[in-house]
Amino acid sequence: MSKKITVSKAIGEALHEEMVRDDKVFIMGEDMAVMGNVFAITRGFLEEFGPNRVIDTPISEEGFCGMAVGAAMRGMRPVVELMYDDFATVAADPLLNQAAKMRYMSGGQATVPMVLRAPMGAGRRNAGQHSQSLENFFCHFPGLKVIAPCTAKDAKGMLKSAIRDDDPVIVLEHKLLYAKKEEIPEEEYLIPLGQADVKREGKDLTIITWSREVNFSLEAAQTLAAEGIDVEVLDLRSLVPLDWDAIVKSVSKTHNVIIVSEEVKRGSYAGEISAQIAEELFDELDAPVERVCGLNIVPPFSPTLEDENFPHPDTIVKAVKRVLNK
Amino acid sequence: MANKKYSKEQLTDFYRTMVRIRTFEEKAAECFTKGMLAGNIHLSIGQEAAAAGAFAAIQPQDYFTSTHRGHGHAIARGMDPNLCMAELFGKKTGYCQGKGGSMHIADMKKMNHLGANGIVGAGQGISAGSALASKIMGDDAVTVGCFGDSSTNEGTFHENLNMAAAWKLPVVWFIENNCYGVSTEIHRVTNTPDLAPRAAAYDVPFAVVDGTDAVAVYEAMVKAMDHARSGKGPYVVEAKVYRYQGHYCGDPAVYRPDEYMEKALENDAIEKMGKRLMDLGVKAEELEAIRKAADDEMNAAVQFAVDSEYPDPSEAVTDVYSSDNERCVAR
Repeated sequence: MSKKITVSKAIGEALHEEMVRDDKVFIMGEDMAVMGNVFAITRGFLEEFGPNRVIDTPISEEGFCGMAVGAAMRGMRPVVELMYDDFATVAADPLLNQAAKMRYMSGGQATVPMVLRAPMGAGRRNAGQHSQSLENFFCHFPGLKVIAPCTAKDAKGMLKSAIRDDDPVIVLEHKLLYAKKEEIPEEEYLIPLGQADVKREGKDLTIITWSREVNFSLEAAQTLAAEGIDVEVLDLRSLVPLDWDAIVKSVSKTHNVIIVSEEVKRGSYAGEISAQIAEELFDELDAPVERVCGLNIVPPFSPTLEDENFPHPDTIVKAVKRVLNK
Repeated sequence: MANKKYSKEQLTDFYRTMVRIRTFEEKAAECFTKGMLAGNIHLSIGQEAAAAGAFAAIQPQDYFTSTHRGHGHAIARGMDPNLCMAELFGKKTGYCQGKGGSMHIADMKKMNHLGANGIVGAGQGISAGSALASKIMGDDAVTVGCFGDSSTNEGTFHENLNMAAAWKLPVVWFIENNCYGVSTEIHRVTNTPDLAPRAAAYDVPFAVVDGTDAVAVYEAMVKAMDHARSGKGPYVVEAKVYRYQGHYCGDPAVYRPDEYMEKALENDAIEKMGKRLMDLGVKAEELEAIRKAADDEMNAAVQFAVDSEYPDPSEAVTDVYSSDNERCVAR
């Protein structure tokens, strides 16, 4: 049995199911309790679970992310929301120096089973400080796991796995996916971290991507199919751990690769994957790997400017043709 | 200070703890100078009464965070000097298996230690978060965040004290004010003579005590712990201490006026407690025996560290993640 719900509702279901299952799970962040989150993800939670487990914080990101680390070290499972992933810069120390490193620095004594949900991504005309895709920023730090699901089904199943994981997990949620309605299973399910998913099979070229760009890549694949180009869309879903086996399998089949993300191109995680393919799968490649990313600019406000700053289906179509020399 | 309600035994315990801390650190400094161990060694010589007094008030079920200058907290809490010293040496037998070093010594499993931290102010969030966990779970533990004067100028001091106060969290913040952030004298960069009164901005009670008097620190901390444990929310204690050494082992502290050390030595916590004990009839030989026992104990700790193995290089890639470690570290 399946049902059709929005991505935001799917995320809410994951949180709800895990809070019912495990009383160590609690939620904290800005506007999470009384308002029930700006995207209505936790509406009704305060009434159901009470103020100890659904906590409205002041606008003190470094403070409450630090508290999540401390609570997690005590065995709680905090699920923290940063209203925008851009705000990670003001919470950098607890996330990057504390949550990420505590286990290693303590010689394996500490576990920090916290989840940070971070709405991200371009396209909402939110300008320079509310539109970034910071995959590279989080993936750089050993100790963090990083996921970026696209579909409602993945968002729910992976968030549930993230909450049960004993490591700190950063969940990047594209804001423009929240309202999308999709089929998900009626019954409870989990999707493990670290498993990529082939969203479309193809034989001519592999598009490696994640988050909202999966949908754009699937649109591009459709356009290309009409022109006789058969593209595979590999949705990584999980960036750390990375499903390298899935990449090897796909690249060994298609021999051509582009990597699509909304990140600033310079220093992007897309670039990291490109480097790994170049180092280890060079003999499989018929053409150089291309990164299809945002520009090396600050996220602009005006629609005509912002639309230049993340890959669209037509950008992806052009890149595929360039790589295939068609 | 002449407080009759404390027995000879209680005061002797303070004396012993302080002597053990100082001896541990003197041995560590000696090993560092001889090149036997590397890295950043931040000594708390001169601050022993603060650690001894505070930790006497902290109960076994309580939690605490510590700092880069945290050896004293570890010893006062009852951690094993052998495993502490081995950690300073980067040996496999150390508390963190050599992965943390001096700045990160912690016994998380047995001592409810939430980590010694190399980032000034980081323990403020962690201690408040631990207190939040206690509140949610309904246990009766109090979490003590130990930090230095300079951390009161971090944003986290204000963010976390504000939240802890708003939510009545069972947390006590223990500030050891040695007046120096590396080379910068606190009053050159801070407008108030004391630091704890900042708590008043959040309607949090506070105390400022002589950190060279273990009994005074103990009494202030007992009051603070009772306050936090009874559900009334956070409490801040500031202990005025002296840092005899530079910021780290090898820093000659040329930036510091001579008067600082003159005053420090006039107020030496161990000397003062020794005199007090002798006034109560304790013999010089008994104090000497305590010092000798500490010397033997810490010599043995050094020997234990020297004799221990370094971690195998292959262990560089373990313990980064709890699950799926190999794959997460591989790429």
